[in-house]
Amino acid sequence: MPSFHLILFLAFGAVCVGGAVNLLAQRHPINSALSLIAVMAALAGEYLLLGAEFVAAVQVIVYAGAVMVLFVFVIMLLNAGEEEETKGSRVALLLGLPGVLSGSVLMAWVVLGHSGTEAVAIGALPGHPTDIAQLLFHDFLLPFEVTSVLILIAIMGAVVLASKPEATARKVD
Amino acid sequence: MSVGVYILVSVIKSLIVLIVLLTAVAYTVWLERKVVGHMQNRWGPTRVGPFGLLQPAADGLKFLFKEDLTPPHVYKPLFLAAPMMALIFALTSIAVIPFGNSITIGGESIPLQITDLNIGLLLILGVTSLGVYGVALAGWSSNNKYSLLGGLRASAQMVSYEIALGLSLVGVLIQSGSFSLRTIVEAQGGRFWGFIPRWNIFHGQFIGFFIYLMAAYAETNRIPFDLPEAETELVAGYHTEYSAMKFAMFFMAEYSNMITVACLATLLFFGGWNGPLFGPPLMRSLLPLVWFGAKIFCFLFLYIWVRGTLPRFRYDQLMSFGWKFLLPLAIVNLVATAIAVAW
Repeated sequence: MPSFHLILFLAFGAVCVGGAVNLLAQRHPINSALSLIAVMAALAGEYLLLGAEFVAAVQVIVYAGAVMVLFVFVIMLLNAGEEEETKGSRVALLLGLPGVLSGSVLMAWVVLGHSGTEAVAIGALPGHPTDIAQLLFHDFLLPFEVTSVLILIAIMGAVVLASKPEATARKVD
Repeated sequence: MSVGVYILVSVIKSLIVLIVLLTAVAYTVWLERKVVGHMQNRWGPTRVGPFGLLQPAADGLKFLFKEDLTPPHVYKPLFLAAPMMALIFALTSIAVIPFGNSITIGGESIPLQITDLNIGLLLILGVTSLGVYGVALAGWSSNNKYSLLGGLRASAQMVSYEIALGLSLVGVLIQSGSFSLRTIVEAQGGRFWGFIPRWNIFHGQFIGFFIYLMAAYAETNRIPFDLPEAETELVAGYHTEYSAMKFAMFFMAEYSNMITVACLATLLFFGGWNGPLFGPPLMRSLLPLVWFGAKIFCFLFLYIWVRGTLPRFRYDQLMSFGWKFLLPLAIVNLVATAIAVAW
């Protein structure tokens, strides 16, 4: 069913771009955060259609389910209100959209034409969990483990930075 | 199978599963009222129909015809969207739950499941983690301090217990080597020494099951972890400002989550639809469904039993139980299973 898949792919793409634009257009931070969640969910749909099922699931669990929950949490706790609108710069207004368009065309041209890569056929990515496991725990075991140690260090750093100075001082004593 | 037939079969299966699920949700509410009633020396619903069996229909009608209040101080778009999100995410996860083996109709083999993904379990975990948005946004958009407190508690609780929930399942995944729920159930067929069923709970995953059960109670916001809606301190928590069908949506989401969690416990730890088969061919083909339903019923009854028995945790107890007891226990279970399998 290639045509059916293509329609779905384009629909998810449209949701993705629409959500991204809405993220910028919304005034209230919580609406922007929700648009970002829509973008991430739509991206997961795209991964699923390309055959990368595991990546799609992880996209939903990690980004939409964990990272964005914390975003929403912070917005709720700080009770951030609506943004005030400034006039903005005229240069950005004039050059922004053409600049973005020409930049993305240039990027697509370079990536597709000059790096030796090809567009991925629908359902062609190696997405089965067994393939991913083979890559992570066999072919790239050392980089994977080193990355996890790096993340552990980052977590500990965040805990140290986030804890109140008095509390740390008392612990040192 | 051609595209047309495929879509037709999928739509029919989705409709059947949805109708069965919603009926089950309605009658779980009835069961809870009845069982808790008897536990507290009351009768529970008795007026509508025999044994109050038509009570769910009466409740549904009442919810539909009640005035749908929207307080003036709420943030309307999210106030409307939150119950829908809660219900949609709760209903989505049933899509990958298998109910039994395949049946053959007109030469086509149709598995008793809406779709068999090879990431089935991950999809359920993902959708469950999205479910928190419904509750959190309901609490925030209500613009009411009790609702906000309930919403914040719910998000903190669900994010914390998700980790223990996920880790408790990894032991089962290591043993069966697949994310597909169908494969996991098929790996549990057969018996040890001819009489003990080869279910994962008898296969070294007893601690995993215990952690899963605790975390699942917290994940579905049920007593003893029902702090997001603790009526003695927060009025009604995140759904304080909701009435009529919008309130009913939260209610349906909660009970449908309970059923999903019970399905998952059955599939992962209690052998799914595996059970003794006997009798004529028709009975042999129906018995797996009966076993599956019976196991789920036991879990739902346990839920209600716990509700009728245990008091609520305090908030700090809840957090330290999750982070300092369940999470380390889940990690120990994971490492022990990995060593045992690698042996």
